[in-house]
Amino acid sequence: MQISVTVNGTTHESDVEPRTLLVHYVRENLGLTGTNIGCDTSSCGACTLHLDGEAVKSCTVLAVQADGQRVDTIESLAIDGVLHPMQQAFMENHGLQCGYCTPGMVMASIGLLNENPNPTEQQVRLGLEGNLCRCTGYHNIVKSVLACAKGAHS
Amino acid sequence: MSITEERRAAVIGTPMLRREDPALLTGEAKFTNDIPIPGALYLGVLRSPYAHAKILSVDVSAAMAFPGVVAAYGGADLTALWAAPMPCAWPVTADMKNPPHYPVAVDKACYAGDAVAVVLANDDRVAHDALELIDVRYEALPAVIDLEEALSDRVVIHAGAGTNKAYTWDLKCESHEGAVDEAFAAATHHVKERYIQQRLLPMFMEPRACAAVPQPFGGDMTLYSSTQIPHILKVMTALTLGIPEQQMRVVAPAVGGGFGGKLNVYAEELLCVALSRKLGVPVRWNEERAENAMSTIHGRGQIQDIELAADADGKLTAVRVRLIADMGAYLQLVTPGVPLLGAFLYAGVYDLPVAYDFSCTSVFTTMTPTDAYRGAGRPEATYAIERAMDSLAAKLGIDPLELRKRNFIRKDQYPYTAFSGLTYDSGDHLAAAEKAAELVGYEALRAQQATQNVDAGTKRLGIGVSSYFEMCGLAPSRVLASLNYSAGGWEAATVRILATNKIQVVTGATPHGQGHVTSWSMIVADKLGVAPEDVDVLHSDTAISPLGLDTYGSRSLVVGGVAIAMACDRVIDKARKIAAHQLEAAPEDLDFIDGTFSVKGSPDRATPLAAIAFAAFTAHDLPEGVEPNLEAHVTYDPPNFSWPFGTHICVVEVDTETGHVDILKYVAVDDCGVQINPMIVDGQVHGGVVQGLAQALYEVASYDENGNLRNGSLAEYLVPAASDVPSVTTGHTVTPSPTNLLGVKGIGEAGTIGAAPAVINAVVDALSGLGVTDMMMPASPMTVWNTIKAAQAGSTTGGK
Ligand code: FES
Ligand code: FES
Repeated sequence: MQISVTVNGTTHESDVEPRTLLVHYVRENLGLTGTNIGCDTSSCGACTLHLDGEAVKSCTVLAVQADGQRVDTIESLAIDGVLHPMQQAFMENHGLQCGYCTPGMVMASIGLLNENPNPTEQQVRLGLEGNLCRCTGYHNIVKSVLACAKGAHS
Repeated sequence: MSITEERRAAVIGTPMLRREDPALLTGEAKFTNDIPIPGALYLGVLRSPYAHAKILSVDVSAAMAFPGVVAAYGGADLTALWAAPMPCAWPVTADMKNPPHYPVAVDKACYAGDAVAVVLANDDRVAHDALELIDVRYEALPAVIDLEEALSDRVVIHAGAGTNKAYTWDLKCESHEGAVDEAFAAATHHVKERYIQQRLLPMFMEPRACAAVPQPFGGDMTLYSSTQIPHILKVMTALTLGIPEQQMRVVAPAVGGGFGGKLNVYAEELLCVALSRKLGVPVRWNEERAENAMSTIHGRGQIQDIELAADADGKLTAVRVRLIADMGAYLQLVTPGVPLLGAFLYAGVYDLPVAYDFSCTSVFTTMTPTDAYRGAGRPEATYAIERAMDSLAAKLGIDPLELRKRNFIRKDQYPYTAFSGLTYDSGDHLAAAEKAAELVGYEALRAQQATQNVDAGTKRLGIGVSSYFEMCGLAPSRVLASLNYSAGGWEAATVRILATNKIQVVTGATPHGQGHVTSWSMIVADKLGVAPEDVDVLHSDTAISPLGLDTYGSRSLVVGGVAIAMACDRVIDKARKIAAHQLEAAPEDLDFIDGTFSVKGSPDRATPLAAIAFAAFTAHDLPEGVEPNLEAHVTYDPPNFSWPFGTHICVVEVDTETGHVDILKYVAVDDCGVQINPMIVDGQVHGGVVQGLAQALYEVASYDENGNLRNGSLAEYLVPAASDVPSVTTGHTVTPSPTNLLGVKGIGEAGTIGAAPAVINAVVDALSGLGVTDMMMPASPMTVWNTIKAAQAGSTTGGK
């Protein structure tokens, strides 16, 4: 099937199999491998990216469903070598160790702050419920998101 | 300005941000399955749906006819590819049974998930689709999932072994024969408990992946793998497949967590290499999460019987342990050694007379093989002793923290020769425990508990203490030899000063989230007086770092990091000779401060390391007998394990009506000696604590009676999410290790070791007024509720 998707600002006309998942499309067709795959049950959130500005698990979306829409992946965040404030917050607060959950976690965290710019710790924990991390124990991820929120207000 | 004032501030000890992060935060870092490999075939692995079955026939013809499929094989088609069975590097006893097993089973599948056939296709999804077309006929055999039932040998899994018992390994330490029995006979207090270490799934977030790229004419073979152990994997692949080792290269790209689960030699790695060799094209494999749950090793899986003898004051006088350890279907790389790593720790951090009697019997079952999982043997041991200490405290009617204080090895006893003959390097258990008590507000909590846990109360407060040793930094090679481990415990390091005074470091440690690049840069920066950014750290590729023993057992810093520091010293020694030559002074008359050599007493006669580096590079004017270039290679074999320790205190509120456990506070005081980067240390503790807490409250690999894993997905296996866990309050004491140059100890496993007993002690403490004396892990609401009901009905079985 023919689809047209604007990924990280560039419009791609692609021919995809109907069963192709969005995560496979960005990784394999476009070579954007920053978006990771951690499960086959939509449980881990490693594949989180933004579809029309909203954080979604891209393993739950078919590529054809993204037709005519805007997709933003982790690769779009840093501009001219400058990290996005959320990436910077993760770095400053040691919000990552192995980094495998990180692209999904960062995209989900940005989505979270878009919806609730000033969350409490508990709201951050609940808001990131769909993103698993096995390394950090979440302590510093939560700290990163709160720091980013605070930074945006100061 | 004096020299001291000019000195640049040390980098070691500062929370320097990680140099690894930008690549990982932007998607630039490449994990194995991110690497494009043109022309690669994809491997699909068909796995036995039976825990135990004879393979009667394998028919791959329909799969072969599927468009896109290039080849398909049953186990019998591949036997010529294996030069040796799958490797086990730890034959713990001479008579240990190690049934040979191969990447694809031939006659028999011994666990649900055992590979029985493979497909190669030009697309990953095609490979998986084609698997469904393979026709395997099985004759189902009875599953063996209960450890004691397995020991009865009513169903023998490996006919060649003749028994399900893999080995029995004893550690009996007595001051004189009969000392243990005498101590138990004379004991005022006697505790006898049984604990179950449930099976756990490592569940690192990056599933395993590997890709073999052959050079059919050149003869070389490169294996990319999401592994913790590229160096060990290189040796083992060479041996198992009959490839000359010098032609084998293993690369571990960015690796998304391991926790021991990637400390192995896996069937899929061997299959990719063997099949790419056979066909002359690259072969790659990406693990699916469902496969990961079945075919990546599991952790824990033990039945622990522990007995403590104590005098009237509660001072321990003897410890006796009988362990049954679940090996799973086969022995993987270090499967049989895992219980041995805990064997020395069942007396915990306590001053025990030489009266210790440990015996482990290990047994085959028809479940996924077990192997090292974060802590490997030591969390299990710590759980048993720390739970038993609480039972002892209850018997004495004293506070569990007070009982621990009475038994701690005292600071002035260090270095301490333990009952086992091992020397513990340094410690101050009392200080760590008191700091933890202070941070948590122990006294106030006990007071609150006394008023809160009244008879009718349904929200009961519990406080759980756990004091631990980590015993890590694997390890002195000679000690490993005495335990029959087939390799050493050294680590290699090269430090090279380039012509432009930039530094290249090569390490044999293999990071997968621990921040080695950052920490090693910090060590080098302080040693050589350069900026951390001027240091590049090369790792995880056997072509670049040919020697190494990789990352596990909290060994990287205490062995690999110390090797880096030693290599720096050797480079400085060489540079000193060149500097002395240039400055016309004796080498021993030179100071080396902040990257500059100067003549003692006349600081004007000085030359920076940069000048020496360039002189060493041009080699125009070197002193007699000094070779060009500034480079040193060190292989460091540690003289001892390192012995980090600490006390964790967990505070819970248990709802007796729902069985729900709410963690109100978690305090971890860990002492890992000198900290290179306290930010990284805290991160290791946070992650470790949550993994231990997950064992206590959430996780269990649950099998049905047919030997099928019931919860082999991330939807069903409860890896905690952010909303399931608390923040962790960390504190530290610093007791440097006297056995290494940097004074460091490990930290990677400490959190996991300390956490599970702290949590369960808290839960039991909360419910002790209701007659509850034990709690099965995981303490799910259902288990807690059932345990309360059973206790109220008069039985105190802890949910067993
Ligand atoms: S890959 Fe796990 S949720 Fe999408
Ligand atoms: S940083 Fe490793 S899984 Fe989150």
